[in-house]
Amino acid sequence: MERRTFLKLTAAAGATSLAGCASAPRSAEDAGEDYAVLVDLTQCAGCRMCEFACAEANGLPEPDYDEKTVDQVRREPSERQWQVVNRFETSAGEVYARRQCMHCLEPACAAGCLTKALVKTDEGPVVWRADKCMGCRYCMISCPFDGPKFEYHSPVPRIQKCQMCWERLRAGERPACVEDCPMEALVFGKRSELLELARQRIYGNPGDYVPHIYGEHEAGGTSWLYLSPVPFAELGFPTNLGTTSYPELTRDFLTAVPVVLTVWPAFLLALRRANVGDDETAGSPAREE
Amino acid sequence: MAVLDFESPRGALAVLRRDLRPKGRLLTPFNVVSALIMATTAVILVFRFAFGLGAVTNLDQRFPWGLWIGFDVVAGVALAGGAYVVTFLVYILRQEQYRPIVRVTVLNGFLAYVFYAGALVLDLGRPWNVVNPIIGNSFGLTSVLFLVAWHFLLYMTAELVEFSPAIAEWLGWRRLHRILVGMTVGAVVFGITLSTLHQSGLGALYLMAKPKIHPLWYSELIPLLFFVSSIFAGLSMVIVEGSLTRRIFEDRVGSRLRRSHDDILLGLARIAGGTMFVYLFLEAMKILHGQLWREIREGWGAWYLLEVLGLVAFPMVLLLYGGVRGKLPAVRAGAALALAGVILNRLNISVIAFRWDEPLHYVPTWMELVVTAGILSAEIWVFRWVVGRLPVLGRRPAWAEEPGRHGASVETRHEAA
Ligand code: SF4
Ligand code: SF4
Repeated sequence: MERRTFLKLTAAAGATSLAGCASAPRSAEDAGEDYAVLVDLTQCAGCRMCEFACAEANGLPEPDYDEKTVDQVRREPSERQWQVVNRFETSAGEVYARRQCMHCLEPACAAGCLTKALVKTDEGPVVWRADKCMGCRYCMISCPFDGPKFEYHSPVPRIQKCQMCWERLRAGERPACVEDCPMEALVFGKRSELLELARQRIYGNPGDYVPHIYGEHEAGGTSWLYLSPVPFAELGFPTNLGTTSYPELTRDFLTAVPVVLTVWPAFLLALRRANVGDDETAGSPAREE
Repeated sequence: MAVLDFESPRGALAVLRRDLRPKGRLLTPFNVVSALIMATTAVILVFRFAFGLGAVTNLDQRFPWGLWIGFDVVAGVALAGGAYVVTFLVYILRQEQYRPIVRVTVLNGFLAYVFYAGALVLDLGRPWNVVNPIIGNSFGLTSVLFLVAWHFLLYMTAELVEFSPAIAEWLGWRRLHRILVGMTVGAVVFGITLSTLHQSGLGALYLMAKPKIHPLWYSELIPLLFFVSSIFAGLSMVIVEGSLTRRIFEDRVGSRLRRSHDDILLGLARIAGGTMFVYLFLEAMKILHGQLWREIREGWGAWYLLEVLGLVAFPMVLLLYGGVRGKLPAVRAGAALALAGVILNRLNISVIAFRWDEPLHYVPTWMELVVTAGILSAEIWVFRWVVGRLPVLGRRPAWAEEPGRHGASVETRHEAA
């Protein structure tokens, strides 16, 4: 609290020079105590109960899908639906995979948000706050997982994305989708424990899983973790994201900002003075005009 | 011009009343067409605010930023870079020969920021929260966009201060004039610093879009490339605009500017050409470092080469040749091509090569185009109004003449303090 007040005060005094002082990054170790969800795709039956649970818990319209075609089209989460379950024909047969915001440990969306409308909460979820957001959509440019969605057809548009049922977590409940999954394909818990569980499952059932926990390191690590029977590329998961966090990409630039702000003016004034010296010794014809 | 004093605001009102009336013929082809465009823009904007951005734009979940950001803001701000470069030449390097174009360049820069950065507000989904990052109830200190937004605001203020002596001269406010002139150097230094940061900051915005931008355009060097290209973009804009303005506002051009105009353009052309050389060097580093040879030979390579060779290297040759040999047509052609090159570069990063692999790529609607044209028209109208009335291209009131000497003495005092 004290630190925050201090930051606010100094920020008010010199907003721009402080823009460079990126807050200390959360490392994967710090995040062990965060809440997380493990999605075990070998368990998912594709019943889409979670889609309905999500819609109901968050006051969203009922998932709009056509019973006949839903398995053929690839759906994306949208501003009306925070999560979707898709079916994939893979090398290991049919696999169902759900997608939603990954709740990164160091979220690009929150780092990019100039109003702090998107924040990583202490509990783990990355949430959006209507009273802060100005609708610039920079979060959408930044997010490597295409998490945030925008209501393009509303005069009072909101950013829509999975909130990981933050309110429920604070009330001691599990996320609605986890609650309603009949197959226990979704497991809720502390991130460190879930990573442990995921490893046990991989080691204990050789051949059932690819030896990769998606989200353990992707884009610096995420609060949503996935186990899969097939390589994640077959499920349309982005596999080119690297393991450094996305805010890291702008950290060098932001660190340079206060330096430039202090050094540059001094340099410019010195340069200007140096040029006065020239004028005085050599005399400037232009000045005479 | 009537000489009025700060103490008599009535006098200033008289000037205002006289100058607010339109001058010249009203029904010129340009006026008619641009007025139509602006009227259409107004109607489109009503729809935009009533029904949301989706009603008039082709933006969607995959393409959150389109023409309004890519062209109006990202490219527009680069083209407005002339103001900080020219003030750097005159106030820091003391290249006095460029002084006659300082005012018009600063005015251009200021209006460009007001209108193009203003276009940003049209693109905001929740513009009523635009004050949040400003009044300090939520500072996104880790955000490059936060930095850019703040710098836009501060830079506009700095440019207004730089331009303000012209306003004081126009209204005949002598005492205020002296104070404002004294603030110029401070504003210039501040303005150059801010420009360095937000020109590169606009590039840094795209650093987190790493997987979305084609490798030929994405690199860690984006901030530096944006900064360097804003220098020659700004200068090319000054050359092109200067050539046009001079012809259109022949009667407003002061004797000093008239005498030296061609030399100024040639000098700027040489500087722009030199900067482009640095830029090409950086581009080459980018290709070598990123080992992008294969990319260049594939589909997008030709498009990339068109931008870098056709619209940077070729105009560089024209600008250097023209600038050294004193060939104005070559300089003008080079500047125009260089402008096209920078616009294409900004559009490539923000729109065209953004999600290049997406089968259904964003293409702006006609309404997005009209609004962009409308903003441009509005800017031209305001620019014309100001140049037609304020001492921008020369012809200052006698009491404010010889700005070089006057300015210098005040500035020296300022420095001693
Ligand atoms: S997946 Fe995207 S929206 Fe979700 S926390 Fe990460 S950066 Fe933010
Ligand atoms: S759209 Fe809203 S939440 Fe997203 S970056 Fe902008 S202000 Fe932040």
